[in-house]
Amino acid sequence: MEFQIDKVAELARLNLKPEEKTRLGKDLGAILDYAQKLNTLDTANVAPTSHVLNLENVFRADEVKTSNAAEKALEHAPHRDGDFFKVPKIVQRD
Amino acid sequence: MQYEPVIGLEVHVQLKTKSKLFCACSTEFGAGGNKHTCPVCLGWPGSLPVVNEAALKLAIRAGLALSCQVAERLQFDRKNYFYPDLPKAYQISQYAMPVNGKGELLIETKGSDGTVVEKKIGITRAHLEEDAGKLLHEGIPDGSLVDYNRGGIPLLEIVSEPDIRSPQEAYEYLTALKAVLQCIEVSDCDMEKGSLRCDANVSVRPTGQEKFGTKAEIKNLNSFKMVAKAIQYEIDRQTELVAGGEKVVQETRLWNDAKGVTFSMRSKEEAHDYRYFPEPDLVPFTLSKETVAAIRKTLPELPRARAKRFIRDLGLTEYDACVLVQEKRTAEFFEACVAAGAGARAASKWILNELLAILNEKNIAIEDCLVKPDALAGLIRLVEGQTINNTTAKAVLLDMAATGKAAEAIVKEKSLAQVADAGLIERAVDKALAANPASVADFKAGKQKALGALVGAVMKETQDKANPKTVNEILLKKLSS
Amino acid sequence: MDLTQLTLKEAIDLAKKDGAQPLLDAFSKRAQALNPKINAFLRFDPAKVEKNTEPGSLHGVPVSIKDNICIDGREVTCASRILAGHVAPYNATVIEKLKKAGAALFGQCNMDEFAFGSSCETSAFGPCKNPWDLTRVPGGSSGGSAAAVAADMTLAALGSDTGGSIRQPAALCGVVGLKPTYGRVSRYGLIAFGSSFDQIGPLTKTVEDAAILTNIISGHDPKDSTSASQNVPDFTQALQRDVEGLRIGLPKEYFIEGIDPEVEKSVRQAAEVYRKLGATIKTVSLPHTEHSVAVYYIVAVAEASSNLGRFDGVEYGLRVPAKDLREMYFETRDQGFGQEAKRRILLGTFVLSAGYYEAYYLKGQKVRTLIRQDFEKAFREVDVILSPTSPTPAFKIGEKTADPLAMYLSDIFTIPANHAGIPAMSVPCGFKTVPGTMGTGSGTCPAGVPGTVELPIGMQLMARPFDEASLFRAGYAFEQEVGIYKKKPKL
Repeated sequence: MEFQIDKVAELARLNLKPEEKTRLGKDLGAILDYAQKLNTLDTANVAPTSHVLNLENVFRADEVKTSNAAEKALEHAPHRDGDFFKVPKIVQRD
Repeated sequence: MQYEPVIGLEVHVQLKTKSKLFCACSTEFGAGGNKHTCPVCLGWPGSLPVVNEAALKLAIRAGLALSCQVAERLQFDRKNYFYPDLPKAYQISQYAMPVNGKGELLIETKGSDGTVVEKKIGITRAHLEEDAGKLLHEGIPDGSLVDYNRGGIPLLEIVSEPDIRSPQEAYEYLTALKAVLQCIEVSDCDMEKGSLRCDANVSVRPTGQEKFGTKAEIKNLNSFKMVAKAIQYEIDRQTELVAGGEKVVQETRLWNDAKGVTFSMRSKEEAHDYRYFPEPDLVPFTLSKETVAAIRKTLPELPRARAKRFIRDLGLTEYDACVLVQEKRTAEFFEACVAAGAGARAASKWILNELLAILNEKNIAIEDCLVKPDALAGLIRLVEGQTINNTTAKAVLLDMAATGKAAEAIVKEKSLAQVADAGLIERAVDKALAANPASVADFKAGKQKALGALVGAVMKETQDKANPKTVNEILLKKLSS
Repeated sequence: MDLTQLTLKEAIDLAKKDGAQPLLDAFSKRAQALNPKINAFLRFDPAKVEKNTEPGSLHGVPVSIKDNICIDGREVTCASRILAGHVAPYNATVIEKLKKAGAALFGQCNMDEFAFGSSCETSAFGPCKNPWDLTRVPGGSSGGSAAAVAADMTLAALGSDTGGSIRQPAALCGVVGLKPTYGRVSRYGLIAFGSSFDQIGPLTKTVEDAAILTNIISGHDPKDSTSASQNVPDFTQALQRDVEGLRIGLPKEYFIEGIDPEVEKSVRQAAEVYRKLGATIKTVSLPHTEHSVAVYYIVAVAEASSNLGRFDGVEYGLRVPAKDLREMYFETRDQGFGQEAKRRILLGTFVLSAGYYEAYYLKGQKVRTLIRQDFEKAFREVDVILSPTSPTPAFKIGEKTADPLAMYLSDIFTIPANHAGIPAMSVPCGFKTVPGTMGTGSGTCPAGVPGTVELPIGMQLMARPFDEASLFRAGYAFEQEVGIYKKKPKL
């Protein structure tokens, strides 16, 4: 199966070199072909599994706790400006 | 050809919790940069979310107040996209199994003949999700700053059906929604602090056509008035396009309030593909009938019901009743005032026309006002008992609001009791007639207006204390003699 | 006495008497000597070995940590360039528990990048080698943890297991590795791969050591919504050398073509041992086994693609300087992620994307249900399922890198337990002798002697959810009976 690598790489924010595209595209196509075997199974009346435990209704109480994580986080941030993280210009593209 | 607009609103309200939706950080507004953050709301690798029970309960409460079908089973999903205000590159939201399904909200709207009619606006869903952080661009030429204090705050996204047909209806919907949510105390709904945000989906179609036109989504709407203005602009813009044979582009547009226009974001990023899937870090939730019933029990009387009761039982006008119930505390003040013995119509008039104006001017909330409901009832009693006239009463109310004193005390202290003594008033009338011969002549020449000037002169002479009715009677008697 | 040869149990007993310092010194020395050859530790600074003087059950003995578990104030990289230099600002729950129990945190173990791999070759910081044959892989993704324990560079280690990442390297390195029941051990602080599959577990020299560590790290954690509230029994109580009456199942779908005959032989011999010890052996069927790899490479990578979105250069780790935000995203993720990470991110993104969700992701989730049901049925007939852990012993470095699908298929015996969330343990059960070159040149052992090498074989025991006790019971009985754990690689 043909893997639409450009579209998926765009969604995943991955810049791929041409040779990577060829190689990864081929690998992924083969994996998806392999996955076709699942279509031999009738799952019309099977419920999907999102969680293996039958856990439900897990809550925490509405209580405030302070954390000093931000200080540590900012200390190691790639680009910090005072108490903020800084990112490059957000350009809207035509 | 006639065109009609089709409008749907997406409203995000911040739920009133102490801590965030998935972590214990404070939701308090206005802290320093990134002060209210932790590994969870910073999306730190390895951190995990845990649902705040209070947030879910508030969401259910809102759902019940909006007549939504509350889900028996709900789950959270991940909505994946990249943006710096989204630290995990996904937002935990609800997609397939939201907490609240279909509901409705009743609004008041003017019919074609000008009469007020009730209209039902459908609600598609109202689901829980976490807020994103805040990007700061101003004054930074080479980038943006990110503050995650807001990230992870619980939001309820309330999506309306495309049932709204005019900017006015949109305005009424938002007003009614805000009144309900404030009344049940799930949100402050303060647009200035961002605890209520609204995006509008607008399209137009030839009147009578069933199929919807292409819609544009309008963002950056910071007040209900702006919502109405932007919708009107968008209706005009799209109608002109369609009438001119052009096509509306499906896109997101931003409202520029200074220029009074919407403009395209021109974002040609790939078409959004959010890749929703069930959040594996959170388990599903089952809501028992008992849980939902227990929350339902705690719901107060909702604004619509209250307004109807005011009209039915207290004889208020539709308009007064609707305005009174917009703010729960105003309605409560009114009811307390009536309970303290004031007539309903008078209480409504004094609250809506006088007290709210004073509060607006002082910029304080009704519960912080020094005039308490029983004190206002006392003032109304003095007016109805003709101890003071309206003009005096207004001055007394101002005094009450400034000092917190009772109306009786102020009237006594300043000797403001109305003069009903006919002899005294007669002397004042004589003085006024003598001092204003021109007005007397005018009146006799048929100018009714001149009477007003003469009444004013008498009132001035009595320092506004005369009973206006008596003044009128004596004046007319003397002028016609 | 060479203190590094001690088991965790023996070391704790020693530390109780003499303190842990002699142990820390001995392991520091050995790790320092061997790590340049084996590359089991990504970061290991002997001067910085943390002494823990808390009075706890571990008495300050060293325990090593896979480099995807957060330790407050220490670098944690997941063996990826994108996280190089990233310092964790908090402790994982298992780290809190280990510290409280008196562990000295001793080095961070090499792994496949973001736990994506079965060979430790995808590490951005160089592959880890198998102590039994340095030309072979230690398995993965917790290859560093397994190799460090096998080479006596540490007493015990924590790994993580999403599709076999604890058990397969344990098998290939000849140590014990347990993947507990999903929900038994808190995931808080484990940098996620497949959130509905991941579990932290121990890699140790003996079954008893595994029970000791499992006791410490298990239990409900309010910070992890998927953490189970089930009671944690004292697992050392299960170490009784008694399997009388235990019903053990051999799944017929696990003894298939492609399996190394020596591996099959070794596992069937283990079944014989159990029979002699009084257990009942019967054949069971897990009919959807053949689909488990396909389901895994849809559902687990979908979760992974979402979990790895956060590595975008905004808050932590690598940021490639760029003229605008968009370029920063693309360049950072391009330069930060290795080939296997990119492959899985792309695959996971694809199976969730519009138009493919139902055909792949939802289908995968449904077949996952069928795989779970296979186990539910089988566990009505037996208490424990016995199988090979891996179809083959350790393979050569580079042997499978060209064919990712072949690499994926080598996890076919370990993945099903993750689909079902059940506990599973790999226990050494034999060796395969192959031609090879032994020795690292360190100590008394000369380097590069041609001859033969012995490669460990592991057997896998699987049990019902939360029944780790049966695994310890069966594992311990076998281990004590055959005594394989006493054999060491010649380094």
